[in-house]
Amino acid sequence: MKTNNLLLQSVTQVVTFLIFAFSIYLFFAGHNNPGGGFIGGLMTASALLLLYLAFDIQSIKKALAFNYVNIIAIGLIISLATGMVSMFLGGPFLNQYDQYVHVPLFGEVHLTTAVPFDLGIYLVVVAIALVIILAIGEDA
Amino acid sequence: MNNIVILPIVIPFLTGALLVLFPKYVMIQRLLSVLSFLAVMGTAVHLLQQVGGEGIQILNLGGWEAPFGIVLVADTFSLLLVITSCIVALGCLIYSFQSIEWERERFYYYAFIQFLITGVNGSFLTGDIFNLFVFFEVMLLASYVLLSLGGLKKQLRAGIMYVLINIVSSMLFIVAVAYLYAVTGTLNMAHLSVRVAEAGQPDLLTAIALLFLVIFAVKSALLFFYWLPESYSAPPTAISALFAGLLTKVGVYAIFRMFTLIFYHEPGITHSVIAWMAGLTMILGSIGAVAYGNIQKVLAYNIVIAIGFIVIGIAVFQEAALTGAIYYLIHDMVVKTLLFLLGGAMVGLVGTYQLKEMSGMIRNHPYLGWMFFIASFALVGVPPLSGFFGKLLVLQGTLETQFYVLGVIGLLSSLAVLYSTMKIFMNGFWGENQLSKEDEKTSTHGLLLPCTLLICVSLFLGIGVEWVNPYVAAAASDLMNPAVYIEAVLGPA
Repeated sequence: MKTNNLLLQSVTQVVTFLIFAFSIYLFFAGHNNPGGGFIGGLMTASALLLLYLAFDIQSIKKALAFNYVNIIAIGLIISLATGMVSMFLGGPFLNQYDQYVHVPLFGEVHLTTAVPFDLGIYLVVVAIALVIILAIGEDA
Repeated sequence: MNNIVILPIVIPFLTGALLVLFPKYVMIQRLLSVLSFLAVMGTAVHLLQQVGGEGIQILNLGGWEAPFGIVLVADTFSLLLVITSCIVALGCLIYSFQSIEWERERFYYYAFIQFLITGVNGSFLTGDIFNLFVFFEVMLLASYVLLSLGGLKKQLRAGIMYVLINIVSSMLFIVAVAYLYAVTGTLNMAHLSVRVAEAGQPDLLTAIALLFLVIFAVKSALLFFYWLPESYSAPPTAISALFAGLLTKVGVYAIFRMFTLIFYHEPGITHSVIAWMAGLTMILGSIGAVAYGNIQKVLAYNIVIAIGFIVIGIAVFQEAALTGAIYYLIHDMVVKTLLFLLGGAMVGLVGTYQLKEMSGMIRNHPYLGWMFFIASFALVGVPPLSGFFGKLLVLQGTLETQFYVLGVIGLLSSLAVLYSTMKIFMNGFWGENQLSKEDEKTSTHGLLLPCTLLICVSLFLGIGVEWVNPYVAAAASDLMNPAVYIEAVLGPA
């Protein structure tokens, strides 16, 4: 029996973007405020999960055609590469480099290599959460 | 500061992550895995030379000085173990090219082997106790997957028990680290050693030390080995041989590190508990090894006996015994893996684990048979072979410190080892030949190459004692003098 999910689907279409935006905010807030790659990744995963709940798995798979297992590997490689960059620059492994850069709209911005490291963690967390849930969900 | 120290961890990690990207291209996976282990071995040998010349090499991760950041410490002891674990892993890897089914191979098998080695090497190299916990978990998570990969009924049943027991012991590990942090206020091992020495290890710290002992005893199957025989006989041969060579040995390494570097002030309590545990482990392991008629059970109980024997070195706490124990540890990693691989080849030929149902294999497989014979004599410690020198030194240590009972149990357990492995040899290889070439379930094609590699290493360890011994003796003397380690990490006091 096919139930009418109009309300759930319409709300999801709006709310998903709100959750996604908040997760990106949390990801970038991590340096000076609560947040970071782990919680940002979990929240992004929950936004995507809401899509899977409101619509069926097949149509979301068509819309988001990612291979999540590969994203785990890419996240790992990004984090590891961030750590290894400093080895080639003469510093110890996992050394952090930072710089204040003047960006037009934002003004003075503090850029550090901790962000790509966190980006790797973010990707791993998002992908792992979705791999687990989809693997269990698709098991007929 | 020396960035090469991180390479034995980063190389397998990066390789594993890369291998996840293309699980279907099996040939490239195999090639990259072998190259990764060779590279790790090369860097470890290079580091060993550096340590010989310049003393213990350290790396402060992220440039943070020792007690505040995570520090990686490469001393002779950990580097010897890194090299040995790479040799063992390489042997199991080449063995699995022929013996692992393609369904497993295509399901991230090689990636998880790389992650397992990442965890093992990390545990050997880290100088921070919480980091040690993290690397234990890296190793254990990879081993959970390798244990249950394939999804056979016995694998799942053994997997549940193995996962449960390790989750409980990991939780205890966290609790013990929390206690230790609450008392000392630091997590860096060298700094812990200084703080514990300043406090003179009062009763509270001794209690925490005993908690650590229980945890690492569960991980290394010292006395608490109930989980080991079943979980090591469930996965395919290449994986169980890898586990037999590496996993319990990491627990033994942790016991060595903790009780030579940090908790060495109350040997009357901690080290005599270890002595009791070692003695009981050898007795119970011998009973198990003699009792069973199932190849994998017998070999699994032989692991338990060896763990008890190695730990004598720490219980006696004297330089000769410690040298012997390290030597025996290295030898045992190689030979135990070799025996598991050979046993697996025998089981593959006959299609059964029961000794009663096999005989006369020497007719068609003389090379396999004589390799098994040499490996079991090496395990027992017959003079020109690799087990002899370690056992001799350990026994010398027990006699010099008047631990006569432990020495006698050690000798008697060698008899049990000899009896149990000869039982396999005589039942399996002698007697009426039951199997013609056509009846065999699988061939040994490609399986004997890694075994030859490992037996060469074992022979080298035995005959080349003169070359290996300086390194082992240096490792033991560093363990007996924690000040060397502390000075390398924290700088001159």
